[in-house]
Amino acid sequence: MSKQSLQGIHQLNRRQFLQASGVAAGSGLLLGAPLTQAAPKAVPMDLISGAKTSNDDFLRLNLFVELALDGTVRIVCHRSEMGQGIRTGLPQVLADEMGADWNKVQVVQGQANTEYGSQNTDGSRSVRNFYLPMRKMGAAAREMLRQAAAKKWGVNVESISVDRHQLSDGKQTASFAEMASLAAQEALPKLDSLKLKSKKEFNYIGKPISGVDVPDFIQGKATFGVDVQLPDMVHASIERSPVLGGKLLSLDAKDALAVSGVLAVEKIQGKPLPAAFNAVEGVAVIATNTWAAQQGRKKLKLQWDLGANKTHSSKTYDQTLANSHQQNEGSLNVFQQGDVNAAFAKADHVVEASYHVPYLAHASMEPPAASAIYQDGRCEVWACTQTPQSAQRQIAASLGIKLEQVTVHVTYLGGGFGRKSKPDFVAEAALLAKQLGKPVKVTWSREDDIRHDYLHAVCDTQLKTAVDKNGAITAWQGSTAFPSIGATFGPADSMAAWELDQGFHDFPFEVPNVELKRRKVNAHMRIGWLRSVINIPMAFANGSVMGEMAAAAKMDAKDFWLKSLGSDRNIKPRVDSYSNYGNKIGEYPYETARAKAVIERVCKHAHWDAPREKGIGLGLAYHYSFLAHVAVVAKVAWDGSTPKLLALYSVIDAGQVVNPDRVKSQMEGAMIFGTSIAMYSEITTLDGQVEQGNFDGYRLTRMNESPDIHIDIVEADDAPRGVGEPGVPPVAPAIVNAIANAGGPRIRRLPVAKTLGV
Amino acid sequence: MITFTLNQQAQAVDAEADMPLLWALRDILQMTGTKYGCGKGLCGACTVHLDGTPIRSCLTPLSMVAGKSITTIEGLSKDGSHPVQEAWKDIDVPQCGYCQPGQMMSAAALLAYNAMPNDEDIDNAMSGNICRCGTYPRIKEAIKRAAKAGQEETA
Repeated sequence: MSKQSLQGIHQLNRRQFLQASGVAAGSGLLLGAPLTQAAPKAVPMDLISGAKTSNDDFLRLNLFVELALDGTVRIVCHRSEMGQGIRTGLPQVLADEMGADWNKVQVVQGQANTEYGSQNTDGSRSVRNFYLPMRKMGAAAREMLRQAAAKKWGVNVESISVDRHQLSDGKQTASFAEMASLAAQEALPKLDSLKLKSKKEFNYIGKPISGVDVPDFIQGKATFGVDVQLPDMVHASIERSPVLGGKLLSLDAKDALAVSGVLAVEKIQGKPLPAAFNAVEGVAVIATNTWAAQQGRKKLKLQWDLGANKTHSSKTYDQTLANSHQQNEGSLNVFQQGDVNAAFAKADHVVEASYHVPYLAHASMEPPAASAIYQDGRCEVWACTQTPQSAQRQIAASLGIKLEQVTVHVTYLGGGFGRKSKPDFVAEAALLAKQLGKPVKVTWSREDDIRHDYLHAVCDTQLKTAVDKNGAITAWQGSTAFPSIGATFGPADSMAAWELDQGFHDFPFEVPNVELKRRKVNAHMRIGWLRSVINIPMAFANGSVMGEMAAAAKMDAKDFWLKSLGSDRNIKPRVDSYSNYGNKIGEYPYETARAKAVIERVCKHAHWDAPREKGIGLGLAYHYSFLAHVAVVAKVAWDGSTPKLLALYSVIDAGQVVNPDRVKSQMEGAMIFGTSIAMYSEITTLDGQVEQGNFDGYRLTRMNESPDIHIDIVEADDAPRGVGEPGVPPVAPAIVNAIANAGGPRIRRLPVAKTLGV
Repeated sequence: MITFTLNQQAQAVDAEADMPLLWALRDILQMTGTKYGCGKGLCGACTVHLDGTPIRSCLTPLSMVAGKSITTIEGLSKDGSHPVQEAWKDIDVPQCGYCQPGQMMSAAALLAYNAMPNDEDIDNAMSGNICRCGTYPRIKEAIKRAAKAGQEETA
């Protein structure tokens, strides 16, 4: 949310508020309610024409806060919950600043609504970008309560203190409940003049508050996207074009329709490429239950015109990427300084290698799923979406209706990792609801999810670096080739500039001679962002080459990293257009002192300097992403043929943290997500189609493969930085560095399982 | 009509005998605590108990359930007070929460069979349950805590 829109927040009357935000109780069946209450499964049809405003007990103080006459505080979480704990974190911030008692707080989920500002829950930015707005919303509510008390008691507002649901002027006290009606009549204070708490006054910010949704999670009561039940709902399973851009030539539904429980077969009309967020061309089997729909689908007889992408296969494409490093035509000259060739000629050590990361699938445990009702030109959907406003726009465009005719409810997300910020699956549900004239749920199978993902780009990065006799890096030549996320929204050979801001050119070393190029390649699959995005291959290449340079120069890897980071300073971007993850670099400087501090600290935890047993290796990597510093040390045992990942140590500096236990769990998860990427996961294509389909072919880390994990969080006072993603990128390079350090081979192609038996 | 015991109550389901229990639970009985994850017994999200043994409901046809006793996450306890649930809550195990019903059903079955599992026992019992969020360290800790709580109760 920009400051501008925050300042533009005005007090609406209750009915407008309900319409705008979906924060209603009443029937207890609007989405906000099922998330906090005992998950009723049915959603009445009358909701399609707006909420029944039967509950007048709650008074609205501002866009994010309601106060009930019994003192209950309702806080809107407008960001999607997918495991990062945002439904606890942001309300925790608001409640603290408001002076609320956490035990009297309810969290309700905001529907798609531009008034909230951005709801696009990705980029590790919910806390970073809404920490201050939420504090202001809390402080504004607190000020209205104080004003009300001051008037009632006839005292100066300055004399009134607020703590844990109590107002006091030193003589008199009142609860929030007692002051609710009066407070609701106060004008919204000017947000810029609000006084915010000092750090020592915090009750909840920085404290490990337990997740608000845990009680529902442990009883199986939470409603995820796949769990939504609507009255008279039918179930859809969709056979999509096997190849990106394919068109349906013929459809024989006779056998499918003969399957018990199958009700109908519906074509979903695709759109011309680029794919964007459009529904993919396909055939939906509609049935009374998901199983019948899946069985019917197996009986479809379809013929496809697979189109130009049908020859795309990983074997030849990997070669295309590798060959592209020699092809200057069409290349993007990203950065050039000094003379790399002269530096290579003079160097004491030259390291030259290619680092390869394959296509990756998100594979959230909950596959994409959405339910929709279409009636009288209005559409209402329930979906596990990371980006309800994009879903709303996509539905409006797909159905040819207006934005305000689309209501998007956000369910819990059974994992997101970037997949669920592409609302193609929500559009499918909306289209089918309109075509069928019935409420419908679309549930993707695991095979659908793996084969029709917006894949993380396969990436080949060639680095050639030089080190002088003093162990200083004198040259850094980089060439990278990967299909762009830009191709999902534009021409196949697009190159989205921001992708290179994720580690390709913003490495934090002062190198006198640098040459960086991006090669032009075509995309043949839907390419999308996956937790940490291009930082994954870039951290892998950079972190690996650092390990290789240290080894070549016969230096300790920790010493080499620290030396390369150089003097304490702020890193200046090498390109003018540096996106800095959407934030001002002045507010979020990239400080090498903090980089060095996390490295020192993680090495201390991992006993880096202690003697190592034979066959035991440690590997170090550091990466800066989403404005946070993360260092990882991997500990690996090598028996001469197989590596065993024993432990991962990690330290993060993410500025002020709101909920340290959740930051810790996010980092634990990042270590395991990173382990999957390093050791096990790979998507390959043949004839334009993904070869894997389930967890047998697409491996993820399991408990017996999960290393011991040690997380430490730097205590910092400055603005919050990213948390959800920055833990992932340094894991893979730390692991391959450890394998090499243990006596194993240097792995330059992920996953490790491609080369070694793991 | 197939009849069985579901969470200690008699249950009849009118469905094809080859329909996996998972879909009967979710789509017909509208008990959505048991999750779909892979449909092939590879991820454990759909784990329930059949006469106390953990099974993958996505691979278990209704015909196999006839006359048997099924326990789902909804029936693990009335109020979330099973030692496994308590431990899960105490340690804040869930991230996205989606795989956790399956994880807890596997963990509860392990503890019913082995009251004090060691790390290897836990790995063996739990490695069929995938968590993409990466909650394994906390799951392991929670199982140990639940085991300890169980011992204290019986001591």
